[in-house]
Amino acid sequence: MDHTATARDLEMNAGYRARRGLGRAGVYAGLWIGIVIMIVPFLWMISTSLKSPLEILEFPPTWIPSGHFVAAEDGTWQEIYVVSSDEATGTSTVRPVEGGAERRVTTSAVRDRVRLRLGNYLEAWRQAPFARYYFNTVLVTIFVVAGVLVTSSLAAYAFARMRFWGRDNLFVVFLSMMMVPQPVYIVPSYIILVRLGWINTYQALIVPWLAHIFSIFLLRQHFKTIPNDLYDAAIIDGCSRFAFLWRVMLPLSKAVLVAVVIFTIVGTWNSFLWPLVMTDTPDVRPLQVGLARFSQEQGTSHELMMAAATFCIAPLVVAYFFAQKQIIQSLATSGMKS
Amino acid sequence: MDPLTAFLYLVPAGVVVVVFRMIPIASAFLLSFFDVKMGRIRGFVGLAQYARLFQDPTFFSSLGTTAYYVAGVVPVSLFLALFAAILLNQKIRALGFYRTVFFLPVVTSLVAVSMVWKWIFHPRLGLLNYFFQILGGGSLQWLEEPRGIFQMVADAAGWGWWPDGLAGPSLALIAVIVVAVWRGIGYNIVIFLAGLQNIPDQYYEAARIDGANARQVFWKVTWPLLSPTTFYVLLSTTIVSFQVFTQIYLMTGPPVGGPMGTTKVIVYYLFEKGFDAGGNMGYASAVALVLFAIILTLTLVQRRLVERRVYY
Repeated sequence: MDHTATARDLEMNAGYRARRGLGRAGVYAGLWIGIVIMIVPFLWMISTSLKSPLEILEFPPTWIPSGHFVAAEDGTWQEIYVVSSDEATGTSTVRPVEGGAERRVTTSAVRDRVRLRLGNYLEAWRQAPFARYYFNTVLVTIFVVAGVLVTSSLAAYAFARMRFWGRDNLFVVFLSMMMVPQPVYIVPSYIILVRLGWINTYQALIVPWLAHIFSIFLLRQHFKTIPNDLYDAAIIDGCSRFAFLWRVMLPLSKAVLVAVVIFTIVGTWNSFLWPLVMTDTPDVRPLQVGLARFSQEQGTSHELMMAAATFCIAPLVVAYFFAQKQIIQSLATSGMKS
Repeated sequence: MDPLTAFLYLVPAGVVVVVFRMIPIASAFLLSFFDVKMGRIRGFVGLAQYARLFQDPTFFSSLGTTAYYVAGVVPVSLFLALFAAILLNQKIRALGFYRTVFFLPVVTSLVAVSMVWKWIFHPRLGLLNYFFQILGGGSLQWLEEPRGIFQMVADAAGWGWWPDGLAGPSLALIAVIVVAVWRGIGYNIVIFLAGLQNIPDQYYEAARIDGANARQVFWKVTWPLLSPTTFYVLLSTTIVSFQVFTQIYLMTGPPVGGPMGTTKVIVYYLFEKGFDAGGNMGYASAVALVLFAIILTLTLVQRRLVERRVYY
């Protein structure tokens, strides 16, 4: 082997590695810029939701919600408003937030301390019937998920395993309807629901969503991978068709069923245009429409709006942190973004 | 096998699909030929509504606004998502962490997210103007700015005159576009990343042995082999973008679609025509069908154009 060539190789390798090292720093820098952009709106939402109405008006804005405090005789901190300050004497007139007489203290005794106003959440929760909205959304979601599981399993089983005239054509018709965007058929849907007398009812939010074509498609594809021999053997052993679906097919399809459950929950929880059109009273109004209403009626109380936004996304975000892998996979297969 | 049994299994899904999909879709066609007020059909008008539609300046401006929106969201989201996916594909540590964070907005409701961003874009107290000031820029009006962005550049440069037709999308619409990209990018990143990971290593090894540099590797290996994924992302992002509604409804106005109607997109126009007092549902159906025709045509054209360049 030629020694000089080896030395040059080493040198090139070192240069290569250095360049690669620089490249890696660039990769991480790029990713972290992205991470910050993705996270900052959420931090800003939470920070705002914990501020006082006065802090909201501060510009430049602060990140950590705080309040003015003075030390009380017993060593605890008492939150106060600064009524006025006198620079000549170095004293300030302050009034306890919880009520009580104004008094004078030395200005240097007034300290800014972290003050998280968790009460904003309670206040926002009380200002609109959010408990009702939550209940409505949970109820609708439960019924839709259960319904989609039942109808999709049955239909997918028929499409995958049974033989009948026009089966594949019917399946194509189903699939082609999946391609039609919701805004196209929302007006006639509204008229149909009016005729049924379903406007402002739970049925309007549940029944039209009890069948989900994409779930049927996904389950059918999976059912087709389960070997026919298994089916024949089971039937010979006296297993009924339904029992085969229930005892064999569905247990073998757990992963797909979980995916269906996840994207149905996320889709139902976050749906907006449909319930906006089909409801206009608080008794059946779901969370997202309630939140939109709250935002339009509130207008200026940003701390309350951000508190409401936080508790409306909280359940899904918490679930997401526990099961992000399944959730990402499920939503990625569903091709669903909004 | 017994067709009756199959029929029984299909009934639950079938009834819902027929009543709440098939009939509404078919009715959308029919309704566009009728005068419909407050959910009541008042008479057959033939093609009159389409004739009116094609002379309706608000309809055309909402089409133009939607086109600006799609033309803004799709390329930016695709480019940034591909870029991020390539970074994530560099065998980095804690890949799961980055992916989780990028995907987070996809799980959150568009309503909540729109409210948060409206507050970020606040002209006086918002976070974004604060950042702009730190960086030495001035404050912008964001969602309250009706001027087109090219017009704004011309104004800032002091050119005095700029043709109205070239004003470009309003800054308010740009703000809505930013939110759409932010919210949807995680989805595209995940799809791109899966596509990148599906490219077999041996192609990269072969390219390296042949002495290809990074740029050649990207354009000769990654890009062609990724093309089915790119095509899917392009198509799905385009289709979803045409249906933008929630951000407009929550972030703009009052009145929604403001300032000066510069963010009134086609689905909002449809909503306003169909469900506001004095609206006409037949007219709204005509708008819906034009939207459908556009989406369908674009899907077919894109498929045609891209098919030749896609290597399956």
